[in-house]
Amino acid sequence: MSQNALKKLKTKFKAAVVDSHERLGNETAIVSREKLLEVCQWLFSDEKMAFDMLSDVTAVDYQNRQPRYEVVYHLYSTTQKHRLRLRVPVEEGQESVPSVAGIWRAANWGEREVFDMFGIRFEGHVDMRRILLYDEFVGHPLRKDYPVQKSQPRMDLRSPERDAVEEFRHFYQDRNRPA
Amino acid sequence: MGVERQLPGFVTSKLSTAVNWARKFSLFQYPFVTACCGMEYMAVACNRYDISRFGAEIPRFSPRQADLLWVVGTVNHKLAPFLARIYDQISDPKWVLSFGVCASTGGFYDNYATVQGIDKIIPVDVYIPGCPPRPEQVIDALIMLQEKIAREDWEEHYDRAPAIEVPA
Repeated sequence: MSQNALKKLKTKFKAAVVDSHERLGNETAIVSREKLLEVCQWLFSDEKMAFDMLSDVTAVDYQNRQPRYEVVYHLYSTTQKHRLRLRVPVEEGQESVPSVAGIWRAANWGEREVFDMFGIRFEGHVDMRRILLYDEFVGHPLRKDYPVQKSQPRMDLRSPERDAVEEFRHFYQDRNRPA
Repeated sequence: MGVERQLPGFVTSKLSTAVNWARKFSLFQYPFVTACCGMEYMAVACNRYDISRFGAEIPRFSPRQADLLWVVGTVNHKLAPFLARIYDQISDPKWVLSFGVCASTGGFYDNYATVQGIDKIIPVDVYIPGCPPRPEQVIDALIMLQEKIAREDWEEHYDRAPAIEVPA
């Protein structure tokens, strides 16, 4: 059933669907950022598609790849019982995607979490601010270039954190990563 | 010293011993429970293991009424100021038990969010290892704390610095 949904999406939006695959039964469409809202609106409102549930919004940072980020949407239809994943490539330097919170209200907090962790802004979101971390936090911790152990304490600590561990960072640093 | 023999009904002791004896068997706890260790804390508190046998019976959900702070579970940097505030709100004499590896050292959460041990924020009296600790370990720690209280100079708590410096 999910294969049909993907097939229909591809025939309907030839230009918007950049790529697609069905690996391991995960029907996935890679959708361009400009057409995302249009595609989502159709997936939500079309009778045969009827994706009325947005299970998750998340993002991936590939760091050394172009485009660097991907925002991932997991869709499910409670009436048609099929699933679909949308992936939207996002270029480094212009981290913004149109918000789908107007279509699925569940996207509201998910998009805020993606903003908090990856720094990808969602245009048209009503309340685009951090959801998990505190406002004083600088940077976005799930980006691959954020130092793994770098903490940002909100109060004076009685002793510095991990003064010894930082010395050994180079032992387990990813070799593919530029130093 | 023979005083008891001459004055029946009287017991001689050091004042600090008597005070510490009273303190160690009336530990009112404030459970600061943030994570899965909380289940183990409940197991300790319930009748199978029953910490009320050691005088640590009633959890008090106001720091004003407690004198033993149990930090049970992971503490992150967002939460740290609130833990320090609660510690300051407990009136002296007060003790802190660090329950489980996350509270003691950060555990395996060695990342941007987690405080690497609550002793970065507040002083700790007894650390309990384990993920989560067995109730026996917790009771062992409680007895260790009681032994520590018994050894204390009972005026030691008088001039303790607050965790948060409040501007005058």
